[in-house]
Amino acid sequence: MADHNMNAAAYWSANLRYISISLFVWALVSYGFAILLRPMLAGISVGGTDLGFWFAQQGSIITFIAIIFIYAWKMNKLDKEYGVEE
Amino acid sequence: MSQFAINLIFVGASFALYIGIAIWARAGSTKEFYVAGGGVNPVTNGMATAADWMSAASFISMAGLIAAGGYANSTFLMGWTGGYVLLAMLLAPYLRKFGKFTVPDFIGDRFYSKGARLTAVVCLIIMSVTYVIGQMTGAGVAFSRFLEVSSATGIWIAAGVVFVYAVFGGMKGITYTQVAQYVVLIIAYTIPAVFISLQLTNNPIPMFGMFSTHVESGQPLLVKLDEIVRELGFQDYTADVSNKLNMVLFTLSLMIGTAGLPHVIIRFFTVPKVADARWSAGWTLVFIALLYLTAPAVASMARLNLLTTIYPAGPTADAINYAERPDWIKNWEQTGLIRWEDKNNDGRIQLYNETPAFAAKAEERGWAGNELTVNNDILVLANPEIANLPGWVVGLIAAGGIAAALSTAAGLLLAISSAISHDLIKNIINPQISEKGEMLAARISMAGAILLATYLGLNPPGFAAQVVALAFGIAAATLFPALMMGIFSKRVSGQGAIAGMLAGLVVTLLYIFTYLGWFFIPGTNMLPNTVDNWILGISPLSFGAVGAMINFVVAFAVSSVTAAPPKEIQELVESVRYPKGAGAAVDH
Repeated sequence: MADHNMNAAAYWSANLRYISISLFVWALVSYGFAILLRPMLAGISVGGTDLGFWFAQQGSIITFIAIIFIYAWKMNKLDKEYGVEE
Repeated sequence: MSQFAINLIFVGASFALYIGIAIWARAGSTKEFYVAGGGVNPVTNGMATAADWMSAASFISMAGLIAAGGYANSTFLMGWTGGYVLLAMLLAPYLRKFGKFTVPDFIGDRFYSKGARLTAVVCLIIMSVTYVIGQMTGAGVAFSRFLEVSSATGIWIAAGVVFVYAVFGGMKGITYTQVAQYVVLIIAYTIPAVFISLQLTNNPIPMFGMFSTHVESGQPLLVKLDEIVRELGFQDYTADVSNKLNMVLFTLSLMIGTAGLPHVIIRFFTVPKVADARWSAGWTLVFIALLYLTAPAVASMARLNLLTTIYPAGPTADAINYAERPDWIKNWEQTGLIRWEDKNNDGRIQLYNETPAFAAKAEERGWAGNELTVNNDILVLANPEIANLPGWVVGLIAAGGIAAALSTAAGLLLAISSAISHDLIKNIINPQISEKGEMLAARISMAGAILLATYLGLNPPGFAAQVVALAFGIAAATLFPALMMGIFSKRVSGQGAIAGMLAGLVVTLLYIFTYLGWFFIPGTNMLPNTVDNWILGISPLSFGAVGAMINFVVAFAVSSVTAAPPKEIQELVESVRYPKGAGAAVDH
């Protein structure tokens, strides 16, 4: 029982760690690159405009997809490691 | 064959397909009715969720909004996709593990209170009903333009079709029709975009075409577009935004709101396992992105096409003669969505931005005001005509627009009917009801919800444009925080959650009503809806994110002074966190 509880706590804190990293990237590409940091990235040009514009219209969406698939893959692996997969 | 006949064939064939699926996928039990039996493949569910989510607003209006606003309206692109990251990590897997039928189910159980369940039901019904009005009117517009019937007849036809597959098939029928609707709408959206991208940039993939060279001018497409709009007094298409706080909060409200929409959340109850719920969120976003990555390309290319049609020899030369305008302008003039008024009596169509800064230049050119008004909503619908594509593409767009509206309407109607039959009737009013009785109640509430939606679609309450913002604001300020705290905190109590939801709801509604009028009645707003009057420059449409923060703060504050949730509730929270078994509380 004690051992199991420790495992469960470790599983949950690993999940919280993955979530924090993912949310950091999620906020960085959308609120960061696409909005607040856009003036700083203005020097990097992409197809007639700047990198911030690309992140606002396409880059952040592509990053969101990558975040979800990486999270799902890592979590499904974690489920197996801790023996909690269905 | 006439265009009308072609449209009729496309729309008729798509309807026959939906009804065929409905007959094949009849629901036999409440589990099938509410969650399609819980056995939907994650990729299939992703496709169905994408159709469920992409409404008439995504299909018809979004590209027009981006075309008009340029960079500033990127908020819709990020806001309506970023919510899936939140769903995939913060809600979907745990709610799937919880394994019941509705969103109020979780809130009622986790916060051990009928009051919490009832609050959730009320929020759900307000947001879903307001949202469904837009779908019914959207379907009505598509019908009236393409099938030459009145908008009202169109709404009745749409209601009839939804009735057949939603009442008999429940979630099972809705799931498989949504898959078919996704295929129809994505093909309809993509084909004209590919042709337009080829015409303008030689690149067959619109999302890349948008960032490549404009063949005619040899310049990058966006540079060319910026040049033209600047010459006509508009802000640069790629211009930055000064009110960044509002842009951040608006995007955040759309994201949190998306993650808190019950009709989207319940789609994740239909997959077999927790792992599938995670994959399914990823697939959903892939299918949404196919449209959302094309939309900004459609927007910039349609804006460029429109302006080069009006100014064939460039924006510094004379505008086109009204008599020589292309057929698509004539077609859409009949609907009143494009209007021309010859203010300087020169027989030409001057389109420009009437600002004080541009006044001198306009006078110099002999212009007496902007003469062409173009409704944003027609850009996608008129795209095939602008690109001179064959009639069948127009028919496809008609079927696609209707598919987008119907798939979202069906998802919303299911969320409403299950909240009534399952949460109100089964869990609050009459817990003794039999399985068969609950099934009948579900079908009757579905039929009732369709009638209500039809009535409101026929008599839209004058605030149709703002209601979507209202739905997102409420979802962001009420359900999302309650669900998230229910999963990630064991300490938040029933009283805390109810207080948080009510605080979020009331403050958000107050802020919206202050600027948009009490219950959206024109003239009853207490402050003019302009940037100068907004608190810290926050628009009422961006307020959902602030409402969510208020919800979190109030819920934690009240929880800290009320008793902790009972032990079995803390065990429930433990159990939803682990995909297998009842969680750490159970000694295996």
